[in-house]
Parts: sequence; structure tokens; C-alpha cells
Amino acid sequence: MTGLIWIVLLPLIGFVVNGLGRNVWSKTVVSLVGCGTVLASFLLSCNVFSMVYAARKVGEQASFSHTVFEWISAGSLHVNLSFLVDPLSAVMLLIITGIGFLIHLYSTAYMKHDKGFAKFFAYLNLFIFFMLLLVLGSNYVVMFIGWEGVGLCSYLLIGFWYHRIDYAAAAKKAFVMNRIGDLGFLLAIFLLFYNFGSLEFSAVLPKAATMVQGDTTLLLISLLLFVAATGKSAQIPLFTWLPDAMAGPTPVSALIHAATMVTAGIYLIARSNILFTLSPVTMEVVAIIGLATALLAAFIAVTQNDIKKVLAYSTVSQLGYMFLGLGVGAFTGAFFHVITHAFFKALLFLGAGSVIHAMSNEQDMRAMGGLKKKLPVTFLTMFIGTVAIAGIPPLAGFFSKDEILAHAFIQSKALWIGGFIGALFTAFYMFRMLFLTFYGKFRGTFEQEKHVHESPMAMTVPLMILAILSVIGGGLNLPEALGGSTALAQFLAPVFADSVALSEGFHLAHTTEFLLMGVSALAAIVMAIYAYVLYVRKAIVPGADHEKRKGLAQLSYHKFYIDEWYHAMITKPLNNLSTFCFKILDKKVIDGLVNYIGNGATRAGNVIRLLQQGNIGFYIFCMVIGIIALLAYGLYIV
Amino acid sequence: MDNFVLLLLLLVPLIVAIPLTMVKQSNPAKWLAFIASIVVLGLTIQLLIAFVPDASIQFEEKFSWIPALGIQFHIGVDGISLPLVLLTNALIPLILLSTFRKTYKGNFYALVLFMQTGLLLVFTALDAFLFYVGWELALIPIYFICGLWGGQNKARITLKFFIYTFSGSLLMLIAIIYLYTQVPTADYEWRSFYELALDGKTQGYIFWAFFIAFAIKMPLFPFHTWQPDTYVVAPTTGTMLLSGIMLKMGVYGLIRWLLPIAPLGVNQYGGIALTLAIIGIIYASIVAFKQQDIKRLVAYSSIAHVGLIAAGVFVWNIQSLQGAMLQMINHGINVIGLFFVIELIYRQAETQDMQSLGGIAKPAPKLAIAFLIIVLGAIGLPLTNGFIGEFLLLIGVYQAGIWPAVFAGLTIILGAVYMLRMYQGVMLGEINQKTADFKDVSGVDLLVLGVILVLIIAIGIYPKPLLHISEAAVTQLIEQVKFN
Repeated sequence: MTGLIWIVLLPLIGFVVNGLGRNVWSKTVVSLVGCGTVLASFLLSCNVFSMVYAARKVGEQASFSHTVFEWISAGSLHVNLSFLVDPLSAVMLLIITGIGFLIHLYSTAYMKHDKGFAKFFAYLNLFIFFMLLLVLGSNYVVMFIGWEGVGLCSYLLIGFWYHRIDYAAAAKKAFVMNRIGDLGFLLAIFLLFYNFGSLEFSAVLPKAATMVQGDTTLLLISLLLFVAATGKSAQIPLFTWLPDAMAGPTPVSALIHAATMVTAGIYLIARSNILFTLSPVTMEVVAIIGLATALLAAFIAVTQNDIKKVLAYSTVSQLGYMFLGLGVGAFTGAFFHVITHAFFKALLFLGAGSVIHAMSNEQDMRAMGGLKKKLPVTFLTMFIGTVAIAGIPPLAGFFSKDEILAHAFIQSKALWIGGFIGALFTAFYMFRMLFLTFYGKFRGTFEQEKHVHESPMAMTVPLMILAILSVIGGGLNLPEALGGSTALAQFLAPVFADSVALSEGFHLAHTTEFLLMGVSALAAIVMAIYAYVLYVRKAIVPGADHEKRKGLAQLSYHKFYIDEWYHAMITKPLNNLSTFCFKILDKKVIDGLVNYIGNGATRAGNVIRLLQQGNIGFYIFCMVIGIIALLAYGLYIV
Repeated sequence: MDNFVLLLLLLVPLIVAIPLTMVKQSNPAKWLAFIASIVVLGLTIQLLIAFVPDASIQFEEKFSWIPALGIQFHIGVDGISLPLVLLTNALIPLILLSTFRKTYKGNFYALVLFMQTGLLLVFTALDAFLFYVGWELALIPIYFICGLWGGQNKARITLKFFIYTFSGSLLMLIAIIYLYTQVPTADYEWRSFYELALDGKTQGYIFWAFFIAFAIKMPLFPFHTWQPDTYVVAPTTGTMLLSGIMLKMGVYGLIRWLLPIAPLGVNQYGGIALTLAIIGIIYASIVAFKQQDIKRLVAYSSIAHVGLIAAGVFVWNIQSLQGAMLQMINHGINVIGLFFVIELIYRQAETQDMQSLGGIAKPAPKLAIAFLIIVLGAIGLPLTNGFIGEFLLLIGVYQAGIWPAVFAGLTIILGAVYMLRMYQGVMLGEINQKTADFKDVSGVDLLVLGVILVLIIAIGIYPKPLLHISEAAVTQLIEQVKFN
């Protein structure tokens, strides 16, 4: 598995080359280095994937590991920098390098006029490097390197246009909120180490599989890992950073804040699935938080007018679905949704980027409209993305969402109903976005209208590829009910084997499954039509920002005032505490006490100070001589 | 040769300091001092190569010094002192280089070298009296450096610093003398002190006498109030010496002297010390939140970071102690990096007030990148040095329970809050009048930053050689000294 190291190293080399030569290389060189390294990494990943695939074909576990060197050791703690390739990480490899390459390619055109062109590509490559570490790590600590590393890249790229202080603040917010989750991750690592004596997946997970269900240690570990996941994957209560992260350039939103990094939390749980399966309480928490996030974010997305904000909340909502899937034990389903979501959400973000590009950086949908004719490729591909995410068959999103909802149905009807309502909202806000952007009359300025143009090939080709994937992606794991072979489930089987053995299995009559599918597909179509009626037929344009909205709409529009609430409950009290600690406790109380005690000494010191007003050099000279004399006294005379 | 390397290490700075006091021009002075420090660094590397990473004391030298009192000039290094010797001798050249664009004269540099000898004496002394001598010797030059070249209110603040730390060390002196009176062979040998089996009550007193001295030096909450003021008024060189190297005297003192000598005292009061250390982490971080003066902000951050190191020491297990050893080095590197960046900013913008700064990343991208990497090291991002240290410390602290680990672990969140706030306030946003004409870092300043960055990343990727130096010695110490 020597190629493995190069998969990881190539993007790092790209980062170093573009980072150091950012003022030297031409944009062509930068693009070649930036895209080339990721493409090479993708090709190598394909090779690795085919090996894993071949091994799975003949029924092997297909788990390969490779140790690079021992990284940290102290006593019984040994952490290797080592990699693990198995079906789960092999799929992630393809997503990261594949979609990563498409987005790199897209960026060569999207970022063409930006002064920080080389810097941008350096950061993107660095991100790919860390993301690969995250999924390839064979233990929790290497995973943590990637985990925090992608957080850093996210910070750098959200604050890419750092002269805007609000963008810089959004970057900081993302980093800090992620760090809250990261503390959970660290604590989970500590617990794992002291309970399993190792941090390698290959040592921890089989051992955990022999433990009893409901073990309190496992409960604690799994809850802490979930805390980590809520940070990285933007779940309640740590989700508010993701919408703000839209301050970054749009390709970043597509790559980091939709397709890859934010799914790291799902990857973490899928990887540790046995720890969760053995902790039913955590599973319930995961399912409920996931569903609540899915609903809350979907509800907010309905009234947003910034095209990227709609997609951001949509991402939060879709991530919620994935957690719902995990929580009801649909590990394959959740991971399936990670894949399909990577296709269609990357597509939608890149499409939005194409629109923004065409509209001279306009992001407000109220100033768009009627772009269908002017941006035919963008429109068509985004239309496909919208249909896919809305859960309309036979596109990708339908199958993955269906699998999650079917499992939820078995677990509890209430979870299914919640998921179903969320799906209604999803279909509505996505079509609302599509119609507001592409249908009706053009509502922008005359200047904008003059400049509107379809994006260049470098941008439209990735859109087309992603659109194709969004159409056929569902085929990866066709359900048995539809005569499919559940190929993905078969492929991933060794990863989830222990969990599957413990669960009662997936038993749902085919007629019930057909019914559920039919209901959700029909509902999605109805919501699409409803959106059509509102935003095309009636040509409603959302009101201005300051306009007073009615009840729930007001709440939705202002994102339930969650940021304001956090500010009042956490930020402000902490700032006040800081001021109090500094001005009162530190200066007055503690230092006051010190001064009080020291007053006598200070007076004495003042007297001594009178002796110290001569030539400094002389004093030092005396001191040095004195020391040497003292030493000499000891060494020679005695 | 090997036999005299250690003695030479102590003597070279001292001897060079003498002629330096008379050099009035700046350039010859700084070069002389720098060359001397490089020679010392070279000797240290030789020492490092010859060092066998086992638990023994090596390069030991012992002379009778004041026989009437049983005082010996006894020095040597083991895996616990060698990293600190290395830290001192590696940072001093960097600190000297960082002054190359200033116009200090010979007396300034003489003080720095003089201090180097004092510090090295502290880290190599195996005789308690000698340790005490080094302890005070290191204090005198830094007092002058801060008191003569410092900023506003320097006289009042440095005097307070001097008296505060000095009174702490007097307590330690009393304890040392008391221990001496208990030693049957009437000497100050560290081994003799280790072998004393005093009763619990006496060890309790010994504990507090040493603890207060060391806690003031580091400083630990609530003995810290001298520190922010002193760091702020001291010239950057002084701040670097204080924070980069000198405070490690306190941590080293805990490991080398306090815990092995008074284990029963630690049994009784170690919990209080641990609690204070952890409170300090959170308290100092919270105070750092709202600081506008970036030098003061870093000063408070240092209290938080040292709090974690001290917590690791008091938890006393292989992970936490190895973490403490490594983090002492890391903290030294990172904190002088931070103070140097602040100095570079101050030189041009003539302010260290966050509100008047901002947007420097635009005119000075190299400085911005360097600052970012140092900040990342300070907040312990993986693949920087800080992560290895924090990870080992926290996983060690966890052995004291999950709550100590949770509270100590808050540092990774709080640290990110105040450090990134500082970075944003200084580097990001729009440029203003003060920062518009900012020139990027270059020449010797760039060299200093470059070395710091290489160290931060190299240790973060491959910490093993450093961990290896101390592993055997720490393991043996833990075997020998057990609590409860």
C-alpha cells in the first residue's frame, strides 16, 4: 500500500508548492499544481478502491493498514501515524479526491480574478490533505489530526476575504464552535485509551463488540463522540456556525461545507458504529437531535433569501437526516446519503456559484429571476440537483432518504412523521429557490442584466458531471423492494457487521415500503407544485428585510433568534465575567492582598534602591567578578 | 572533553559577560554575545550527542566549595534537566538575534549571558544550596534588564516583581537550610534530601515553602499578579527570558525538588495545588478574553498554559510528566515567538493596543503567516508542537478523574477564543492609519521567526527524539516517588 502515502502527500506537496510560490507562479502553474495533485491523488484512490473492491468481491474483509512511523509514545500510550483502508474509507477517498478535483477545476475559473488565487489553491490542497488524514487514520488520534486540520482550513477559507471583519468573525466562530466539539472528541479518546488500552480502530472496535449493551463507559464514550460530531457536522446546539460559513468563496461552501468536511461527524459515528449500537440511549439522542436539526434548519431555509443561506440551512437539515439515519441504526443508509448528498449538494452550491458569478456577485434571490434562458447549463444542472435533493424518484436523493426514513419507520412512527414533514419542507424550499432564481422576470439591475452570461467550461463541466452523478447515484444501493441488489450495503458489510449482528435487522413488508416511498415521492411533487404556484404563477417575491412578517415566518426569517440567544446567554456573560475577573478580582482583590502584604517589604526596597544609581556596567562587572571569585574559592583554594 | 562540557557551558557565558560589560558600541556587543551563545549551543549539542538516554545522572562534576558548611559545587544532567538545558541554550541565541535591530550596548548583553549562567546552574545543580544560588543569580540580571530598559512604571513594577519572587525564594531557602540540618551527613546533596524520611507534618511545611517559591516563579494562580505587569513593562528581551525560560525554573523545581523531597506533603496538599493549577487555566483564559493590550493578553495566556503544565506535574504519571517536559520546551518556543511578533508590530505601529491595530496581514503577509502558525502552536493544533504537549498533559490529567480533564481541557476552547480574537484584531480586517505603511518582516527578524516556525512544526510532526531524552528518567522518578 505504498500508493497510500502518496494519496495523502500529493495534496500536501501542492499546498507547499503553491504556498511558497504564491507570488512567483502564474495562474496557469498554480492551477496545474492545485488540480494536478488532487487529480493524481484521485487516480491513486481509484486504484486503491479497485483493490478493496476486488477483495470484497471474493468475500474478504478488505481492510489494509499501513504504519508510517510511531508518532507519540509515553508509557503504555503509543500512537502511530498510520493509515487504514477499508470499504468505508475507500468510498470516502473517492468522494474527497473526486469531488475535490471537480471543485478545484471549477475554482480555476471561479477564482480567476481574485488576488489571492494561489493562496486559495494552497488552502484547498491543504484541506484535501487533512480530510484524507481524517478518513485514512487507523486510530482516533490520526483521525483527530485530520479533524482539527480541516477545521483550520475551514477557518482560513471562511475568512479568505479577511479584510471584511464580519467574515473574519464568521471564521473565528466556526473554529471556536468546532473546538467545543473537539473537546468532546479528546475526552472520548482519553476514555477509549484507559478502557481499551489502545486507540487503534482494529483494537478498540472488536473489543467493544464483546461488551454488553448499555455499558456506561460506552454510553459516555459514544455521547462524547456525538458531541464532537455536533460541532463538525453542524447539529443542534452547535450548528449556527455553518450558515455564517457562507462568507467563504462558493467553491469552499461546496467542498468543505457541503460535500466533505461537514460529513466527518457521520463518518466518525459510522466508523465507531459498534460503540453506538451498544449504547441505545446515545442512539436515541442521535436520532432525536438529528431529526430536530433537520426540521429546524428546513424550517429556517423556507424564508431565507440569500441563495447560499438557503443551501447552507439545507445542508444542516440534510446532515440532520444523516444523523437520524445513524440514530435508527441505518448506518448504510446514512452513509449512502453522505454520498448522494455530496453529489447533489456540491452541484447545487457550484450552481449557485455559477449564478453568483453571472450576477456580478449578487446572492440575493430577490434580485435574480428569469435566469433560465441566460444560464441554460446552470439551470438544467441545478434543476437536476433540486429534484435529487427533494427526494423525487428516480434521482439519487430519493433512494438514500427513503432508506433512512424506512428505518426510522421501523424504529418509531413519530420519527418517520418528523422526517416526512422535513422532506415536505425540503422539497418546498428547494423549488422555491429554483423558481425564484430561474423563473419569472429578471429583478436585478440593468448593469447586472448586461453582464449575465453562462459560466465557462471549467465551471459547467463539473456541474454536468455532478448532475449525472446526482441522477444515477441512487443506483449505488437500490433497495430490494425495487429489485435492487443493495450493492453499497454489501460492499460496506464488514464495517457494520458487528452492529448488524446485534440489531433485529431490517424487516419491512415490501408493500409497506412501497407505500412509504410512494407517499414521500408524491408529497415532494405536491410541494414542488405548491412552490410553482406561489413563485411562478403568482410570482411572489419575498419582502424586504425590515418588513414585519407574520408569526412563524418572522421566527423562521430570523433563524429563531438563536444567535441572539447564544450571545445573551453565553458570550455576554463570559465577557462580563472577564471584565470582572480582570478589573476587580485580579487588580483589586488578589493584587490588593499582595500589595498589602508586601507593603513593608516595598518600603525596605525603596531604601535599597537608593544604592542603585551608579554605573550599571560597573555593577554587572562586580557581580560577575564576585561569582567567579566565589567559584574559584571553592575550586582552587580548598 | 566530555567531563568538562557541562562546566564549560556554565563558564562560557559568564566569562564572555565580563568583557562585554565594557563594550560601548552596540554591534560588536551583540555579535560577541551571539557568538558566545552559539558556542554554548554547539557545546550543548555535543552534550546531547554524548548523552545516553537512560535514567542516570551524566556529565557529573563535583567539587568541594564551602566545606565548612557542606556545600558542594555539584552539577550534572539527566533526562529531566537536559531538555531544559537545551531549551535555555537554544532560545538564548534566538533571543539575542531578535535584538539585532535594536541598539543595546554591551551591558545589556552581559546581563543576558549572565542570566544564562544562572539558569543553567538552576537546571544542572545537584546540590540544593547551589540550586538556590543559581535561582537568585538568574533573578538579578532579569531585574536589571526589566528595571533599566523597561517601559512605563518600570521601577515600581520590577521592584514588586523582584521582591515578590525574592520573598518566595527566601521561604525556599529556609526549607533548604532546615533540610540540611536533618541530613545525617550534613550536606545539601539532592540524594541526601531525597533519602530523608521526615514525618508528614514537617513535609507539609516543606511542601508549602517550596511550592510558594515555585508557584510565584511560574506563576500559578493566585500568585500571578506580578506577572502581567512585569511582562508588559519589560523590554521584549526581558519578557522572552522570563516567559520562555525562567518560568520553567519553577516547573523544574517541582519535579526535581518538591515532589521527591516532600511526597507526604504532596499527599496532603497536592490536591490543592492541582486545583489551583486548573483554576488558573480557566481564570487566566477568561481574563485574557477582553484584554486589549496584546502583550498583556499573551501574558495571561502564559499563566493558563503554565497552569496546565503544573497540573500535569501534580498528577504525576508518565503521560502527564512527559507532557510537562515537552510542553516546557514548546511553551518556551511559542511564547518567545508570540512576544517577538508583538515586538515587531510595536516597532512599526508603536502600539500593542488591539483597537488601534488591524489589517496587517495585507501589507505583511509573511508576518501574518508566521503569527498564525505560532498562534496555532499555542492553541495546540495537531501537527504543531503544542498539540503533543497538551495531548499528553490532558490524557495524563484524566487519570486524576474526568472532571479535572474536562476543566483543564477547556483550555483548548478558551485558548482558541482569545488567541484567534487577538489574531483577528491585529492581522485581519481593514488596514488603518497605523498599519497602512506596515513593512513585512525581513532579514534577521525573518530568520528568527523562521527558526521558530520550523521548531513548531518539526516537534509537532516528530516529537519522539525530545520525548526520548526524558522518558527513562521520568519513568524512574515515577517509580521512586509514589503518592498514596
